[in-house]
Amino acid sequence: MSKMIATRNAYKDALVALGEKNENVVVLDADLAKSTMTYDFSQSFPQRFFSIGIAEANMTGIAAGLAAAGKIPFASTFAIFATGRAYEQIRNSIAYPNLNVKIAATHAGITVGEDGASHQSVEDIGLMRGIPNMSVICPADGPETVAAVMAAAEHQGPVYLRMGRAAVPVITEEEQKLEWGKAKLLRQGQDVSILTTGMMTALALQAAEILAAEGIEAEVLHLPFIKPLDEEAVLATAAKTKRVVTAEEHSIINGLGSAVAEVLSEKLPTPLRRVGIKDTFGESGKPADLLIKYGLTPEEIVKKAKELI
Amino acid sequence: MSSKNIAKEIRREIVKMTAAAKSGHPGGSLSLAEIMEVLYFEEMKIDPAQPDWPERDRFVLSKGHATPVLYSTLALRGFFPKEELKNFRQIDSILQGHPDMKGIPGVDFSTGSLGQGLSGAVGMALAARLDKNNSRVYAVIGDGECQEGQIWEAAMAAAHYKLANLTVILDYNNLQICGKVDEVMDIGPIAEKWQAFGWRVIETDGHDLDTIRQAIKMAQAEESCPTIIIAHTIKGKGVSFMENDPDWHGRAPNQEQLALALAELEKGE
Ligand SMILES: Cc1ncc(C[n+]2csc(CCOP(=O)(O)OP(=O)(O)O)c2C)c(N)n1
Ligand SMILES: [Mg+2]
Repeated sequence: MSKMIATRNAYKDALVALGEKNENVVVLDADLAKSTMTYDFSQSFPQRFFSIGIAEANMTGIAAGLAAAGKIPFASTFAIFATGRAYEQIRNSIAYPNLNVKIAATHAGITVGEDGASHQSVEDIGLMRGIPNMSVICPADGPETVAAVMAAAEHQGPVYLRMGRAAVPVITEEEQKLEWGKAKLLRQGQDVSILTTGMMTALALQAAEILAAEGIEAEVLHLPFIKPLDEEAVLATAAKTKRVVTAEEHSIINGLGSAVAEVLSEKLPTPLRRVGIKDTFGESGKPADLLIKYGLTPEEIVKKAKELI
Repeated sequence: MSSKNIAKEIRREIVKMTAAAKSGHPGGSLSLAEIMEVLYFEEMKIDPAQPDWPERDRFVLSKGHATPVLYSTLALRGFFPKEELKNFRQIDSILQGHPDMKGIPGVDFSTGSLGQGLSGAVGMALAARLDKNNSRVYAVIGDGECQEGQIWEAAMAAAHYKLANLTVILDYNNLQICGKVDEVMDIGPIAEKWQAFGWRVIETDGHDLDTIRQAIKMAQAEESCPTIIIAHTIKGKGVSFMENDPDWHGRAPNQEQLALALAELEKGE
């Protein structure tokens, strides 16, 4: 059994480490510092932490101003409020002028659990990837989150960093650097490609095991970057296996599955199945139960893979 | 149920349902028990047998996380069976973590994202006026919630349209998740702000049934502008270890704490 850690927990430590390294890093939060885990940074660097209160749109605009004056702001709240409540502030005040703001959101997806649909962001990848200049990163686990925070800080320009509430297994290397815009081939196979992002990558690896037991060799390509999308890696695996399944903790509309479909349909039409939230709102419940009810399981990935074979 | 016992009964259900769910928001629910008693058991024109009655008074819990107090009140008032409270926040339950108007009898507006409910209440008050319907709209907002710009946009609109049929109750407990409201992001001077926005402002003790009742009657009698009742409350009221402690904002009691809380509520007046 691998180690379990929530990506937001990894964010906590990464942010403090980054604060030590770079004096220009400032952090903003909207009354959720103990949930988004920016609290530790606020204690380590009180001068560089701004408590904005329950005012996400204002927080986003303030972050833009800080960036316009040379700072590297990380603005944190739940994904639904970060991207939904302040969408147009992100678009017009941050992305249009290409300002160096990092929207570091936690509690993405339905694994938010008991708070229910109002708090379960399953459209945020779509909202963010549609904005010019914006980069979108969905790390799979703790170590990759740390690397993503560092990469986001080094990158000039707006970044959306998508993190979760629930603990997820560690499946990538403890010490790593993220290559900007690059996918990671986690498992080789020739029968079908599973393209995944975020917490679904661990489940895709399980799906590949199940398929292997049945004699089907799946390739697992993890895409921490939804944007810029590693088109080369997507095309290479599609050319190899000629069958693609995508999996994400997000709506099947506008997320990773859509991004992959866009590339493939233009450059290498390939049979495709999408695993994700099927254009519906979530509900309250335990994260594990919700994943089953909404079809975000290794079994669902296996089912979709078999549909193609 | 004698009047004294309704708020107490509501509080019992709040701690029981959050304990059963192992999640939810007891603090900002306990602060509202007396206010909900006066609204739902005395002042609001409602009929539990017809939750969709067009001429009913409407209620918007703009601070939507306080579902434990809303659902307990609705159950005790007969909108759905009390047994349902056990399913709060469980998969396949109607009782969603935040108010869901399409699934729960008696819930008039879906909320959960702070700052949005009050605008909905303004819309309902405008509709009542259009329909020449003399029903009223009540909305409960949080003090932390007043940091949202949309609250002030709604406040401006309600005064602009002279919505005397709209009454807002501010749960002024001076706490939000990260601590004291005036330390996280000061909202003061709050009474003066609402006044300056064109509202009638009434301040009251939010745990005293008589003064709450009087305040609501004054709001009902006001003909020229919307009214806000600034209710001075204690977050976690009635359960000593939850009172004035921001850690009980969004944390459920375990079985031991539940027993303690119920024993205290039994003793208390
Ligand atoms: C737009 C939005 N931002 C953040 C949250 C998360 N949140 C839930 S409750 C809360 C604090 C609310 O404080 P207050 O309004 O004072 O409520 P009360 O103290 O009465 O519980 C926050 C920040 C939310 N639900 N909606
Ligand atoms: Mg409060």
